[in-house]
Amino acid sequence: MTAPAVPPRRQFLSQGAALTAALAIAPGLLLYDFARARPPGEPASSAVRWGMLIDTTQCDSGCSACVTACRKENALPEPVRLTDPQWIRKVELEQEGSGRKVSLPMMCQHCADPPCVDVCPTGASFKRADGIVLVDKHRCIGCRYCMMACPYKARSFVHEPVTDHSGATPRGQGTVESCTLCVHRVDRGEIPACVEACAREGHQAILFGNLNDPDSAISRRLRSVASTRLRADLNLDPGVAYEGI
Amino acid sequence: MKPLCLLGRILLVIGCCLVLPAGAHDAMPPLDIGQGGKCVDDPGFMRLNHMKLLLQQRDETVRLGVRGGRYSLAGCVDCHASKVNHSVLGTDRNFCQGCHTYAAVKIDCFECHSSHPRPAMESRR
Amino acid sequence: MTAVTATRSGERAYYGWFLFCALLALVGLWAAHQMESQGHVITGMNNQIVWGLPHVFAIFMIVSASGVLNVASVGSVFGRAVYKARAPLAGLLSLALLAGGLTVLMLDLGRPDRVIVAATVYNATSVFAWNVLLYTGLFVSVGFYLWTLMDRTMAAWTQPAGLLVFVWRFVLTTGTGLIFAFLVARQAYASAVLPPMFIAMSLAWGLAIFLLAQSALLRWKAMALHPGIHRRLKNLLGIFVFTVLYLVLAYHLTNAYFARQMPFERFVLRDGGVITALFWGGYGVLGTVLPLLLIFLPGLGTPRSVGAAALLVILGAFSLLYVFIVGGQSYPLQIFPGYVAHSTFGDGAVGEYVPSLPEWALGVGGVAVACLMTLVGVRVFNFLPRDVPEQAVESN
Ligand code: HEC
Ligand code: HEC
Ligand code: HEC
Repeated sequence: MTAPAVPPRRQFLSQGAALTAALAIAPGLLLYDFARARPPGEPASSAVRWGMLIDTTQCDSGCSACVTACRKENALPEPVRLTDPQWIRKVELEQEGSGRKVSLPMMCQHCADPPCVDVCPTGASFKRADGIVLVDKHRCIGCRYCMMACPYKARSFVHEPVTDHSGATPRGQGTVESCTLCVHRVDRGEIPACVEACAREGHQAILFGNLNDPDSAISRRLRSVASTRLRADLNLDPGVAYEGI
Repeated sequence: MKPLCLLGRILLVIGCCLVLPAGAHDAMPPLDIGQGGKCVDDPGFMRLNHMKLLLQQRDETVRLGVRGGRYSLAGCVDCHASKVNHSVLGTDRNFCQGCHTYAAVKIDCFECHSSHPRPAMESRR
Repeated sequence: MTAVTATRSGERAYYGWFLFCALLALVGLWAAHQMESQGHVITGMNNQIVWGLPHVFAIFMIVSASGVLNVASVGSVFGRAVYKARAPLAGLLSLALLAGGLTVLMLDLGRPDRVIVAATVYNATSVFAWNVLLYTGLFVSVGFYLWTLMDRTMAAWTQPAGLLVFVWRFVLTTGTGLIFAFLVARQAYASAVLPPMFIAMSLAWGLAIFLLAQSALLRWKAMALHPGIHRRLKNLLGIFVFTVLYLVLAYHLTNAYFARQMPFERFVLRDGGVITALFWGGYGVLGTVLPLLLIFLPGLGTPRSVGAAALLVILGAFSLLYVFIVGGQSYPLQIFPGYVAHSTFGDGAVGEYVPSLPEWALGVGGVAVACLMTLVGVRVFNFLPRDVPEQAVESN
């Protein structure tokens, strides 16, 4: 599927304008909590746990705006080969028997008990205080054990030298990488690029917010609708939940 | 920057040990400081301690999530990138490369980190 | 002890092998250099098959490094003279194999320049980090054990050192098995049978390597193996091959019993293409049935046929590990039970993997490193098994 092109005008929209635009699409519905920017010098706090709720009934199988936005934000190459990174991908599902079709975005599920962190020999895979699972690329030796351990196939290995350093996150050959939940944006008080792009397309399939705050939009919605965590049998307590599967 | 292979690095280290004593007396070419202004700390102190400070900043930012740190690498690049080639690397006058070539230090930071100032800084120029 | 001198043709063969291995090791280093400068794109590995042929080679050598010590353990722990005469060679082979395996594993890293990180920062929950300790421990304990064997003043320590090595290698192979057994996410790996299976494999493969090395050394010095010893060692190999077969069967049968594992078993045993062929043909026929026939059929079981059997056991080992490591990753992760999934990232699809030339070169290079260490070791320390004839007949 080809990604809908983002009109160039949008690139110039400021964050605030994008938010307003997104809100205007669905008046009265609070799309996401405003992530409060942490003051400089303050570390991430465990009082917060960032998470996402993905409403697959709002996700259009023809749309990959989230994927494109992620690629642009992080300067990832267009994936053509199996060696190319994909931090977020669209998965098309068809239920066995009924034939019901579901489309959804898949990325690092930011588990509370992440297997990648358990197995990493150097501690390069780690979970930040606010629940975001990251690779400390300064410590990663590129053994790929975390990729073996991840039940969601969420991680990619950088198979080639990186030439485009224009992304928000530094990347380099020989290390493992994955969705960072746009940690650099979240720390500035913004929402992840995929969430913003989805809202901009008018789908609003991704709700981002603080799972530890009972009054956040995401917590309230998790209380009121049925949702599923992927591979719930493994008891990893993912920070990403899905509706409609 | 192409990463050198392990073997290459070992040979390089041996090579440097042999060559350095002879070359150490050459004067360092004048460095292109870049933007100007005031360094994040005393320049003499920075010269001696920037490696430790950077590594500490790195761990604080990446692992603890402390943003806006004083010794941010992106910050150094914003300021120290040459106005000529907009980079801290490239020639032996460029800030990080020039001194390191002189001191025979090899860093891999710019395999991942951009050696150019961030767009916001660039546009302010 | 009588000094044994090598024959002229033996010497020529020795240097021939030495040069050959040195060349292969250099080619392996070149391959590693290519992988580091161009990246892992030049391998067949990708984001689905993240561990490939280098890991097959590395794990084969690391597992065998532990099993080959069995010969030494029987000698020192259980006091059997026949085995004790073989302990130094077994210890040397163990160190060489471990070094070869770790070389491959290390050079395959995305960032081999950062091995120092792996040696200095530990994540206590990582099986991989435990294994780094276990490998180091094996080097130290086997080194100490060899010392007690070679230095008469240390002879009193041989028994305790042998016991330490005996325990350590069991823990080490268990650790290697656990690397996989802890991967709950994957159908192929999360199984408690894996550690015992790895132990059985280590015994069979280690002994096969030992037999080949021993016969090469004896040929070099133009010596013959006492028939009694030969019979005992070949029977032992047969028993080990049976044990592996038993545990491999147990692994697949328990899997096939769980309905949720059935699709995976169908993939390995029936629909997996190369994987299936390697399992039945490579491991089953060539690596198990044929060696057993060569060892036990009346009229066979000669040194020559047992040598062939040992080679086949090693071939079967590679096939089985390939099925286990590559096959285990090829089968897609089941993230959405009840749904058929597809995506541009291989969801729901069997992974593609064709090992590339640099991967072969790196793996073979690791084996060559192990051979080189052995060749140097036997020359420097004169580690030849010497049997006093009465001892050979003594037990049984
Ligand atoms: C606001 C701009 C600015 C920033 C940010 C900045 N510097 Fe500087 N730095 C300077 C200037 C200007 C000088 C030269 C001062 C002088 O010579 O008096 C300097 C001097 C230095 C020197 C000494 C150079 C010499 O010739 O001996 C080092 C080393 C240095 N900086 C490293 C860094 C590092 C590392 C960082 C990032 C942590 C950094 N600087 C951030 C402006 C900056
Ligand atoms: C393999 C890639 C890689 C290499 C090599 C690397 N970094 Fe980083 N670095 C990263 C990533 C990824 C981040 C996280 C960026 C973020 O969260 O915003 C980061 C963040 C940082 C930060 C905090 C952000 C900032 O700009 O201040 C510092 C400081 C830092 N690195 C220093 C270094 C130094 C010094 C080196 C060289 C010794 C180095 N890094 C090498 C990938 C790398
Ligand atoms: C005035 C000279 C000078 C300048 C300018 C300079 N460095 Fe250095 N740097 C050194 C020296 C000398 C060392 C080695 C210190 C040692 O090994 O004790 C070093 C070491 C380092 C190290 C640690 C390397 C290691 O492997 O231990 C890092 C990281 C580093 N520099 C980053 C930078 C960055 C980034 C810049 C540009 C912003 C920079 N340096 C500019 C002189 C300089």
